[in-house]
Amino acid sequence: MHPDQIIFFLCAALILISALFVVISRNLIHAALWLVAALFGVAVLFALLNANFLAVVQVVVYIGAIAILFLFAVMLTRKDIRDRGPQMRRSWWIPALLGLLILAGLVYLIFAQPGIDRTAAAIPAGVDPLRALGKALVSPGGYVLPFEVSSILLLAALVGAVYVAITKKS
Amino acid sequence: MQNEWLYIGLFLIIGIIVPIVPLVFAALVSPHKPNPIKQSTYECGIETVGDSWVQFKAQYYIFALVFLVFDVETVFLFPWALSLNQLPIFAVLEGILFIGILVTGLVYTWRKGMLEWV
Amino acid sequence: MSLQDFLADPILFISNWLQGLLVGWKLPSGLATVIVFLIGILALVIFAMLFDIFLVWVERKVVARFQDRLGPNRIGPFGLIQPFADIIKLVIKEDITPDGADKVVYNIAPVLAAVSVIILWAVLPLSSKIFGVDLNVAVLYLVAAGALGTLAIIMAGWSSNNKYALLGAYRMVANMVSYEIPMVVTLLIPTILADTMSLNGITQSQETIWYVFLSPLGMLIFLISSIAELGRSPFDLNEAESEIVAGFHIEYSGMKFGWFYASELLHAFTFGGFVGILFFGGWQVPFLMADGFHFGSFVVALPGIGVILLQAVAFMVKAMIGYWVIMWVKYSMPRIRIDQMLAFNWKFLTPLSLVLLSATAVLTKLLSGFPLWIFGVGMFLSNLLIGWITIEILRFYAHRQRRLEEPLAQPASVAARR
Repeated sequence: MHPDQIIFFLCAALILISALFVVISRNLIHAALWLVAALFGVAVLFALLNANFLAVVQVVVYIGAIAILFLFAVMLTRKDIRDRGPQMRRSWWIPALLGLLILAGLVYLIFAQPGIDRTAAAIPAGVDPLRALGKALVSPGGYVLPFEVSSILLLAALVGAVYVAITKKS
Repeated sequence: MQNEWLYIGLFLIIGIIVPIVPLVFAALVSPHKPNPIKQSTYECGIETVGDSWVQFKAQYYIFALVFLVFDVETVFLFPWALSLNQLPIFAVLEGILFIGILVTGLVYTWRKGMLEWV
Repeated sequence: MSLQDFLADPILFISNWLQGLLVGWKLPSGLATVIVFLIGILALVIFAMLFDIFLVWVERKVVARFQDRLGPNRIGPFGLIQPFADIIKLVIKEDITPDGADKVVYNIAPVLAAVSVIILWAVLPLSSKIFGVDLNVAVLYLVAAGALGTLAIIMAGWSSNNKYALLGAYRMVANMVSYEIPMVVTLLIPTILADTMSLNGITQSQETIWYVFLSPLGMLIFLISSIAELGRSPFDLNEAESEIVAGFHIEYSGMKFGWFYASELLHAFTFGGFVGILFFGGWQVPFLMADGFHFGSFVVALPGIGVILLQAVAFMVKAMIGYWVIMWVKYSMPRIRIDQMLAFNWKFLTPLSLVLLSATAVLTKLLSGFPLWIFGVGMFLSNLLIGWITIEILRFYAHRQRRLEEPLAQPASVAARR
């Protein structure tokens, strides 16, 4: 087996196991920290695909900002936020069955795609992916409109947060 | 996978092992005599009063949120910065428009008093 | 492979030779690469750790001199063996875990804090040919390592089950998180000037002129934000000894505390190194090119290895000067309050750094065709102009504030006269 494949499997296992623990952890802080592990696994996946910029941005934005926000949100509640009751409902087999059916459907759809075993086109030599991304973001023929609209989206998020905070204060 | 990420991955592993070695060594070498008074949490030398949980001020959350918005903005600016050499001045103005919209957001937050620490 | 090759690029020569040796022993070439990498990594990490020990001595001597006393001078000549004594003391101390502490998170936190500093050394170019890896997104990698450090602090504060640790952790994280914005924005300035995000590239493009002359204001803002990121005074709310007695690491004793302390010092030195790389030319020595000194047409030839060593020494000197400035600020200034600190960041540094970034981008585009000295003078003057306008705005606001407060001061003096 190619070493890349081994690392991919380890990474995928890390992500899946961390995601599982996020959901079944009884302690909210532990759940948030398992989320950090899952996000780090995604960053490793990006690195495996040679997407340097995306790997580093994943750590900076997701782990450095969003995970910290999650942790702050969890700490806003009482400290002892342990789940005390039983973790499974009595009719737990219904959602489990539904989940398995959805998984089977998704797997079938993915493998039924005609291009599933095509390899991605190699990046042409001499093209720096990061610069190409930059040029695409600001070229009028490229993605400049989504670029500017995303800043308005961020502005909307900021205004929304301020509004919620003000109404809570008053 | 390029060799550079292999190097960084190995660096991370060594970086995790290097602090653990002295800690394990210390755990083996140091005395281990727990008693309830030693293990009680510290509160300036007196008995702890009340829960060890402090009301988390909502202000911390607001600052973290504003930080998140600006963090995403600066991350968008990195590819823009690298493309400046190869594009006309229009690209610079687009980037400044992007920054300007978010500075407007900062000014709005400022004027609404969300950046105060009350 | 010859002596010539060794003198030109010793590290590459040694790694190629080792690789050839291992492949000759019938190891698969991938495994040989991994082993060669591991040897290089161990060398770099052990150097960083030994240097960290030296930094403990430097810190204690310098703080002593600032406070008009001698510092450690009993153990070894000039107290040089003192840090080793400190390490032995920390290792043999009892490890007390407080009641109700979250054991797993409590133990991971110091390791994560140390890891977040050690991995920075993978991208630090110590010389033109001595570096870990030339990552083409090294500038953002710096910020990512900082994010891991922030996480370690929340984990430490929360898992200690102690009010003061929690308070210290909240304040420290609010601090680090806020000052990350001006830091990242000023990191964009050398990126624009050098047209690359790789630290090696930024250092190499400072061959003609150091970026501190092109953007002194950027250097100042980066220095201030990194001091805040490090949690050093005057931004050291987490270890406000008079207020919350050591903040997030109150409940840590022994080597765990040792790792928080050592990683803080190493982090400070590494950031001194980054200030040197980003603004002061890193390993660039004036007039030194790859084959020797070039004074106009007069060339003093040096073997490759001499050039490499000279550049490494230059880098360490610049990093040490940066570290000394950070220590100087720490031991000269009083601590500022959290609201002053956050106001300083969000109301002053962030808008200023964004304005500076816009000006840098516009000027770089407009002056790109002109000779270097016009570019340099233009950028420098623009920085001065922005700095002057900022001071004028601050002065205007300070005057207005004073005029608002004067009528309030009057009745007291009127009452005193009666």
